[in-house]
Amino acid sequence: MALGDDALVLSHRLGQWAGHAPVLEEEVALANIALDLLGQARVLLSLAGDEDELAFLREERAFRNVQLVEQPNGDFAHTIARQLYFSAYQLPLYRELAAGDGPFAPLAAKAAQEVDYHLDHARQWTLRLGDGTQESHARMQRACDALWRYTGELFRPVEGLGVDPSALEQGWLRSVGEVLERATLTLPDGPRSGGWAAGAGREGLHTESFGRMLAEMQHLHRSHPGASW
Amino acid sequence: MTALAGGAAGGTASAGAGAPGTAGAAGQAPDARTAAFDAAVAAEERIEPRDWMPDAYRATLVRQMAQHAHSEIIGMQPEANWITRAPSLRRKAILMAKVQDEAGHGLYLYSAAETLGTGRDELLDKLHAGRQKYSSIFNYPTLTWADVGAIGWLVDGAAITNQVPLCRCSYGPYARAMVRICKEESFHQRQGFELLMALSKGTPEQHAMAQDAVDRWWWPSLMMFGPPDDESAHSAQSMAWKIKRFSNDELRRRFVDICVPQAEALGLTLPDPDLRWNPDKGENGGHEHGPIDWAEFQAVLKGNGPCNEQRIAQRRAAHEEGAWVRDAAAAYAAKHAAGEHGKAEAA
Repeated sequence: MALGDDALVLSHRLGQWAGHAPVLEEEVALANIALDLLGQARVLLSLAGDEDELAFLREERAFRNVQLVEQPNGDFAHTIARQLYFSAYQLPLYRELAAGDGPFAPLAAKAAQEVDYHLDHARQWTLRLGDGTQESHARMQRACDALWRYTGELFRPVEGLGVDPSALEQGWLRSVGEVLERATLTLPDGPRSGGWAAGAGREGLHTESFGRMLAEMQHLHRSHPGASW
Repeated sequence: MTALAGGAAGGTASAGAGAPGTAGAAGQAPDARTAAFDAAVAAEERIEPRDWMPDAYRATLVRQMAQHAHSEIIGMQPEANWITRAPSLRRKAILMAKVQDEAGHGLYLYSAAETLGTGRDELLDKLHAGRQKYSSIFNYPTLTWADVGAIGWLVDGAAITNQVPLCRCSYGPYARAMVRICKEESFHQRQGFELLMALSKGTPEQHAMAQDAVDRWWWPSLMMFGPPDDESAHSAQSMAWKIKRFSNDELRRRFVDICVPQAEALGLTLPDPDLRWNPDKGENGGHEHGPIDWAEFQAVLKGNGPCNEQRIAQRRAAHEEGAWVRDAAAAYAAKHAAGEHGKAEAA
């Protein structure tokens, strides 16, 4: 369910870009990624129960997604930094799951192919923004710095997953560090865990904007109890 | 549209025998070129980008294709308005896929328009400046979830009725784009119908929501076919050039005839007390509908519809706020190209 919530919430955030992207090609790409994630969320949530009940009738404290994915879109650089951090985590995680014989293995194999593309998209844009103009460089660095504090949480253990995310942390640091370096960006050095870092989404402690996001997402479903759509 | 205009057609034979613009055409007298063009159109041959064509034909196509592309892009807004509020994950996925398709259709159509010697940037600038139009329908607001269904059923339905004949349009790139687009549009239309069906057969509140949406979208959908035939400025010439195959009123009649039984199947009514079957109309009978409020149509076209300002403002904002991203991509491409060049020289 934690992974399903990650995919659901990030998909929702990407869906907010529709009609607002900087170029038409990105309207297509962001919607495409959002759809892939929504597809993953639907399979994962269905393994845990009824997808719509889980998505629309749980309150904030019952969601298990990491705080990184619920962060508001911000500018395009923020969205790309969020995509980079998250897909660089999701890809090796899904690959591990695909290699195992757990209940997620078949889904993970298919999803890993999608996430491979998402990571490529995020990397390509990180390079372009980081190594583009002065303004884009500054914005991309700011975005990487701002979201850094949410990345430690990615490597906390997830109940019932069968894979230990903490084993992925060194690889993640290497792969993100490599992209940032190629993009002429500096790897942020703020805290990723401990007192001043963020992250307890897996325990249902979220950031303030998340409640508002859910209010919008759930209001219609909740306004018509028991209706089918 | 000036770069290729005026008959500087290339010498490659891109169309079938007898097509205008093939090797000899550039050297022919204007009358002969026009005659060859007219003959190709009459023979149902496709006009291709490098063929000679009358300036006015080119201008008409640019206007129509740009307007069509703009409609796809602006048309994303009323539906995207409900992506974050879709009431089930299945509906949310369908809606996201649809909005994504619309961006894709915009891309095809801008590419098709670019074959006429205009650029996407130039067309977008004209849209943002209000110098080119988009379909008047997208100036109406989506106020409830049922509006998403009404747009699929009625607006996409009207678009398909308009666009299927465009698959045989005399201009090749446009006709080919329409073949692809129509396939996806009919899929969307069925999904919209199915969405309304679920609401209509749902709770009383859902049924009322569906009826209210149909009540609000019916007349604007009929306006999508354009002004009546006797007031349509471009129709006669477009029909002669086989860009258009049927008149506005003819297409509108067909649409009404298709919708009436579908509304019955949905268990919804159409908001027109004058709507009735006339067995003597046409060859096999047809529906008569009440008068359309053309004053409203003109007001919306002139920019005074409910959402005109909002739609353009959002489009402009997306473009302006995205400028630094496009600049970054261009700067990166320039650096990267220089790097590649350097490597090639070193090798």
